[in-house]
Amino acid sequence: MTDLAAPALKAPLPETWVYPCAVERGGGLWVEPGGFHIDPVRGVDRAVITHGHSDHARGGHTHVLATPETLAIMESRLGEGSGTHKQPLPYGRPLTVGEVTVTLVPAGHVLGSAQVVVEWRGSRVVVSGDYKRRRDPTCAPFEPVPCDAFVTEATFGLPVFRHPPAEDEVAKLLHSVALYPDRSHIVGAYALGKAQRVIALLREAGWDRPLWLHGALIPLCELYERHGVPLGELRPATGASKEDLKGQIVLSTPSAVQDKWSRRMPDPVVAYASGWMRVRQRARQKGVELPLVISDHCDWDELCQTLMDVQAPEVWVTHGREEALVHWATGQGFRARPLHLVGFEEEDT
Amino acid sequence: MNRFAALMDALVFTPARNGKIRLLTDYWQTTPDPERGWALAALTGSLTFGAAKPAIVRNLVMTRVDPVLYGWSYDFVGDTAETAALIWPARPGTNTPPPPLSEVVHGLTSAKRSEVPALLEGWLDALDSDGRYALLKLITGSLRVGASARLAKTSLAEWAGGNGVQASVDEIEELWHGLRAPYLDLFGWLSGAGPKPTVAATGGYRPTMLAQPLEDEDIAGLDPAAYRAEWKWDGIRVQVVARTLGESRLYSRTGEEVGAAFPDVVERLAFDAVLDGELLVVRDGEVRPFNDLQQRLNRKQVTPKLVKEYPAHIRLYDILFDGDEDLRALPFDARRQRLEDWYARTRPPAMDLSPMVPFETWEELAALRAGARDNAIEGLMLKRADSTYVSGRPKGPWFKWKRGPLTLDVVVMYAQRGHGKRASYYGDFTFGAWTGDPENGGELVPVGKCYSGYTDEELVRLDRWIRNNTVRRYGPVREVPPGLVLEVAFDSVHRSTRHKSGVAMRFPRVHRVRWDKPAAEADRLATLEAMIVE
Repeated sequence: MTDLAAPALKAPLPETWVYPCAVERGGGLWVEPGGFHIDPVRGVDRAVITHGHSDHARGGHTHVLATPETLAIMESRLGEGSGTHKQPLPYGRPLTVGEVTVTLVPAGHVLGSAQVVVEWRGSRVVVSGDYKRRRDPTCAPFEPVPCDAFVTEATFGLPVFRHPPAEDEVAKLLHSVALYPDRSHIVGAYALGKAQRVIALLREAGWDRPLWLHGALIPLCELYERHGVPLGELRPATGASKEDLKGQIVLSTPSAVQDKWSRRMPDPVVAYASGWMRVRQRARQKGVELPLVISDHCDWDELCQTLMDVQAPEVWVTHGREEALVHWATGQGFRARPLHLVGFEEEDT
Repeated sequence: MNRFAALMDALVFTPARNGKIRLLTDYWQTTPDPERGWALAALTGSLTFGAAKPAIVRNLVMTRVDPVLYGWSYDFVGDTAETAALIWPARPGTNTPPPPLSEVVHGLTSAKRSEVPALLEGWLDALDSDGRYALLKLITGSLRVGASARLAKTSLAEWAGGNGVQASVDEIEELWHGLRAPYLDLFGWLSGAGPKPTVAATGGYRPTMLAQPLEDEDIAGLDPAAYRAEWKWDGIRVQVVARTLGESRLYSRTGEEVGAAFPDVVERLAFDAVLDGELLVVRDGEVRPFNDLQQRLNRKQVTPKLVKEYPAHIRLYDILFDGDEDLRALPFDARRQRLEDWYARTRPPAMDLSPMVPFETWEELAALRAGARDNAIEGLMLKRADSTYVSGRPKGPWFKWKRGPLTLDVVVMYAQRGHGKRASYYGDFTFGAWTGDPENGGELVPVGKCYSGYTDEELVRLDRWIRNNTVRRYGPVREVPPGLVLEVAFDSVHRSTRHKSGVAMRFPRVHRVRWDKPAAEADRLATLEAMIVE
């Protein structure tokens, strides 16, 4: 990010030009001198979208600016509702919107996910969207950008959340498959990002048999492959016989795992790939037999580390457990405050 | 410790019994001595560490963690051991290997109270969060992994079978109380590497003989003259193993020691015999309902008040050993005579003989059974006069002939999904009874929950009805309007301060689904209350 200007001494205060917007006027963050919203929750004239998850990428906007991958994901999910005029902006290319320079920088969350770096009169704000710091074979890694104000999520903003290496969790899945050769393993994984990451990790771990998919996962897996993420042989699980699925791994949306759809599986072992699986009680509530702690969000240590890395004097904390991260950041000398944005869910992350 | 932690975790998340057995046999197979022996001790509740208390854990965590962050974390997680295990910040640069379970056990048994925190701190640094969780659960004495001591022994027997060793779970039970952790001789035998351990026949549990249920229509095929009858008492089946004063034990029918909760019985066992009987609460010569016995179960502290209010008592059925003489090969009639002789000779306190119920014909016995109004009587036991005392539940020698259950027509109010194979079906129901006429302001109050008794076909239809009639959802719970009537069967009903309705049913299950019955015609709360036997 050497092409970004260094913050000037008399730059405007970040909160004077980037601030939360009421839901009735579109919601999300409003970048006033640029005349656009970031991740608005209602249809607006100009929207910059961080990534394709449905609580960030909503339909009904007139102009949409996002990475080419995010735009492809929105088209796949929302069809015609994905926006009237769509402008792809690859990572690392500054673009002037109104008086503001916008640059998209990898956020490491899912394919195409971006931090939105906005600059105006020497002041720089980074809206990181959802992000993670771990290696992920299916998307570009997070790049820290020094800034005056850093807007961070806090989905796993409690020190009890420390994600183990995802590779170890996949090894746990494969151990279970070896232990129960007559059962199928059904892995609940969010359709965008998590499913493809689990598949890629399974391939890296040497699992070369076909993977069976719930129908809702297929379009996004195909989209990932079109964008150069190889996932190996994938087959639809719908229509497969119980005999076919013995000793096999099936991936499904989290909601279908516990529902009628899973009745076709032979005595399935229910696994669930999510950061929430770290807490046993949560896992047991969901009836999960094999919790896999694989998250596309930062854990506590990574949230803290990121604040140290970007060294923004202002830290604004959005959705999740804001209070704990604000408490920690304040203790470290940051000016930290919660940013109460409406419409972002604690979903299957 | 890491392998033990992985086993604990897998056991927690595996609902099916067979799945748990599979995990355990895999563990016995792949874990060396003495690790597996200590794990077995932990699972069977044979390890206790007096010096390690939950407060020590909390204080340790507070030396490293911001109390505000700990507080929020605890609120989210809801369990001290788990919060501590997850939040523990590793000390940078620690590269001690994780301690084996045996090191933890030896360390804790030999450490002075003042040395425990430093020991714990070192281990917490060396372990990952699953390891820390297992460690903290182990030392605070609450594993709660849903695997009983009996299940652990069952898995040992299965594992032995895989090694070509014939060892039944009863054989293991019989040896058990003569064995000591880490059970090297037991594992040696079961793996095929060593001989069966020999254990002095003192203080040990002997596998209990159980009865098969008898259906009314099957009784005609039995010869009344060949059987003896006794009342089936509604308490807890126990085995009294008394040797000398102070070394006596009380076992449940699965071989778990239950004596700690009943000092009023155990401390008075001053004789040398092994007896089979029913643990009951008997006050002023009258057997109290099961609900009273429940007040005495799972108590950490037994107060004099509790003992006085709910005095424990054993009603004797059988004698297995008189002194060192093994009577199990004698026929029932002969053992009964020996029991009566022994009782007349010994006159033990807080015990009596279960009376025989004389009869000539099945009709006569059926009438006696129907006439028994005592709430502490569940029905009758039929025992063949020539039956030897054998372990397990053989078909033929002993039958339990239960009194017909009570039934009530109730209305489904809420439903949740079941577990395991039934995880996708709404088969776990909360049901209610009317406080009065629903046309005149009567309301439904929840009176119980049930999750069994229906067929697979009925479950499919029940599941569909719940899905189609849901009016509200609270997390996993679906609320439905009054419209589905179940005839539930239950063994008895008691007053309860824990339930809003003030009543608690014992073992309710679906008897019939009353698709035909309008919800307004379901039973009233008053009907249920009338079934309470005070």
